[in-house]
Amino acid sequence: MQATGREPNTADWIEVGGLEDIPRLGARVIETPAGNIAVFRTADDEVFALRDKCPHRGGPLSQGIVYDKKVACPLHNWSIHLDSGLAVAPDEGCTAVYAVKTEKGRIYLSLATKSD
Amino acid sequence: MEQRLNEKLVLIGNGMAGVRTLEELLKIAPDCYDITVFGAEPYGNYNRILLSPVLAGEKTINDIMLNDASWYAENGITLHAGKAIRKIDRRRRKVIANDGTSESYDRLLLATGSNPFVLPVPGHDLPGVITFRDIKDVDTMIDAAQRFRHAVVIGGGLLGLEAANGLKQRGMNVTVVHLMDTLMERQLDASAGGMLQQSLSERGLNFILGTETQEIIGKQRVQGVRFKDGREISADLVVMAIGIRPNIELAKKAGIHCERGVVVNDTMQTFDPRIYAVGECVQHRRKTYGLVAPLFEQAKVCANHLAQLGYARYEGSMTSTKLKVTGIDLFSAGDFTGDDTTEEIVLQDAKGGIYKKVVLKDNRIQGAVMYGDTVDGAWYFHLMRSGTDVSDIRHHLLFGQAHLGDSGHGGTNAVAAMSDDMEICGCNGVCKGDIVHAITEKKLFTLEDVRAHTKASSSCGSCTALVEQLLADTLGSDYSESPRKKPLCPCTDYTHDEVRRGIKEHELKDIPAIMEYFEWKTTNGCSKCRPALNFYLLCAWPSDYTDDYQSRFINERAHANIQKDGTYSVVPRIWGGETTPAQLRALAEIAEKYEVPTVHITGGQRIDMLGVRKETLPKIWGDLSKAGFVSGHAYGKAIRTVKTCVGSEWCRFGTQDSTSMGIRLEKMAWGSWMPHKVKMAVSGCPRNCAEATIKDFGVVAVESGWELHVGGNGGVKVRATDFLCHVKTPEEVEEHCAAFLQLYREEAHYLERTAPWVERVGLSYVKKRVVEDGADRRELAKRFHYSQQFAQKDPWSERAAGIDRHEFIPLKRVV
Repeated sequence: MQATGREPNTADWIEVGGLEDIPRLGARVIETPAGNIAVFRTADDEVFALRDKCPHRGGPLSQGIVYDKKVACPLHNWSIHLDSGLAVAPDEGCTAVYAVKTEKGRIYLSLATKSD
Repeated sequence: MEQRLNEKLVLIGNGMAGVRTLEELLKIAPDCYDITVFGAEPYGNYNRILLSPVLAGEKTINDIMLNDASWYAENGITLHAGKAIRKIDRRRRKVIANDGTSESYDRLLLATGSNPFVLPVPGHDLPGVITFRDIKDVDTMIDAAQRFRHAVVIGGGLLGLEAANGLKQRGMNVTVVHLMDTLMERQLDASAGGMLQQSLSERGLNFILGTETQEIIGKQRVQGVRFKDGREISADLVVMAIGIRPNIELAKKAGIHCERGVVVNDTMQTFDPRIYAVGECVQHRRKTYGLVAPLFEQAKVCANHLAQLGYARYEGSMTSTKLKVTGIDLFSAGDFTGDDTTEEIVLQDAKGGIYKKVVLKDNRIQGAVMYGDTVDGAWYFHLMRSGTDVSDIRHHLLFGQAHLGDSGHGGTNAVAAMSDDMEICGCNGVCKGDIVHAITEKKLFTLEDVRAHTKASSSCGSCTALVEQLLADTLGSDYSESPRKKPLCPCTDYTHDEVRRGIKEHELKDIPAIMEYFEWKTTNGCSKCRPALNFYLLCAWPSDYTDDYQSRFINERAHANIQKDGTYSVVPRIWGGETTPAQLRALAEIAEKYEVPTVHITGGQRIDMLGVRKETLPKIWGDLSKAGFVSGHAYGKAIRTVKTCVGSEWCRFGTQDSTSMGIRLEKMAWGSWMPHKVKMAVSGCPRNCAEATIKDFGVVAVESGWELHVGGNGGVKVRATDFLCHVKTPEEVEEHCAAFLQLYREEAHYLERTAPWVERVGLSYVKKRVVEDGADRRELAKRFHYSQQFAQKDPWSERAAGIDRHEFIPLKRVV
């Protein structure tokens, strides 16, 4: 898969489910041929999508505790920013971010990773 | 009129305390002020406490720079280095520097530090007579060491000895002159001082003690020192290190109330509410401080008020001291001399070079002095700060924490002697060199910093004492956060105990209510506080609290243990470790049906099926339920197993039916959520095949009944149980067990095992509540049984029936 860096075309958006399918401060997994993607929902219903792999030892971020706009990895408690995919300092690392949007309570995901 | 966006903050003093305050301020309110800094020295901000290693040639000036010019630029701070402030004009709210530079302020921060005290004897102003305070002094000493031979250090305190050691390392012939008969008499008693003097003598330092200096002699330059008793020695360099005085001249001239230091209140505010002060220039509650830890606490509090958050308070610090002389282990804290109301415990091995003294008052540590073996310094300091009653451990207090059963790093207790490639943290593979490097390179000062940057001591914690020692060795003082208060997590300033009390007293019944009442600093907590709060609520309101699912760790949400590859392990409960061929057959069939890759027998006498995919969990649980199994809670902060031996039913040594007793306890306690995992065991005789004496609650059968043991642990820190009491009947075993578990549930901090909890509150306290006071015991047991009514539901069968379905299936499969 290639990073595009621009807003995905309409055709690239995949409907993956309803907002109510993800618990607040929780996450769900989207299985894709290229690996799992974790879709997170914050306390105020913002939605983010990250590759379901912690930059540290590959732990499934979808299984972590979500707080603020961060998730704590279940394996060794690294924290990852949901919006940038970056590890919270002083840890260093980054996981891929996917474009995601909600419209009328439905969640749409683009499989192209954001390059910025 | 010029439009001003920000208020102006001016800092006088570009040292560690002042700049640390700015750093703390930038962290919480980056855009609050336009900041200007005046510093008398022509450098950026450097780590003054590491000047001794620079002098000794172990570090360079560059190693100890904390913030260089680019840091100020990046943060938009105007730095006037090399400009001392001459005057504070409080009426016009302006400061004026020596060169005429002036700057107005809305708030002013004084961090003028301290000045070394110079003996006012004749000749004190001769060239070659210096103090030991800043980079310039160090340069002078290094230069002198190249050109001259004899150095005299006046003052046998911490700083004087570090200077003397450094000059010796640089090749000079050094004599230390001290007014008192004991070196470092403010930190050491006569015994420890004597041992220190001996080992420094062996390194080639000369000492003249109990002697007063009368005059520095010399014409163009210092040539010698004359004492009151008429003796004279020659000197090419004289270093005065007899103490420091808070630098209060500027504040005094500006009419700010000063005594020994600039007087501040608990918010670090001076007499003038626009002016704050931190660091060595400050006098707080009649005390002044010269070590780094208290200054940083002050910095934090001051930043909180500058940022107009207004809730932090500085309540004074307890400090401890270490000497930064490589190869010498020395520790001192608190009141180590004592008086009529105190007692001392002393261990002295003069030949082995070990001396330890702990001063107690009412069984609480008042102070400690250690020489030679200081690994337990941090531990004594901790006990002292927390005011722990040590009556239960006083007979082996001096043998250290290791003697209490912490086998994590048994035998290794002198980090100073360790080589750089020796592993300190076994969990994360961090070596001594990594840690020391991080402390100096990344400018770390606290245990938390080291944990964050290196991961050392961040997993099992058994190397914490070693890491603390490394910090202390590198920095010269032990870090102490506010003496008795440790916040639950960074989201709050309240402690575990305060929050738990608040939950009950103010009937806080869910997590948002707690966060609102205690004014949480974050909107929805963090991964540290939320699981704790969830447990505290569950424990306080068993009948009406609805578990907050998203505040549980994944293992407790998925009711299985996550493994490193993201699969899960399934451990069904096998009551008391006793099973049947039918059960085993059922397990075997289920394992085959779901193609479980690994089946393993656990240490808790159960069968672990590993490598199960999350989606499969509800199905496998359904089959297990049908075969009569329930969850073993091997994944939870909960009751795990009750291990038993075959007892009197089969064993020729068995005295009681330990298997039935174990099953009975497990049936009583299963399903209960705990502050941490809880393991139990019942042995049928004192041979103790079920290893009951390393469990949280252990029962050992004897002819006359049952012995009950608590607070054991077989993990990273092996700790044998403490003997709680002897009882006669199985009913009594049950009642004591329920009461003990409930007391632990109600009073331990979340993620605190019974072993550290018992050590923290003291066995006497546990005995008082669970053994001596029968009414209290029955009430505790009653509360335990009451909460069990709501807890004893098998989570597996519920989920096999469809509860929390979303947890186990993907939201979507994209093909």
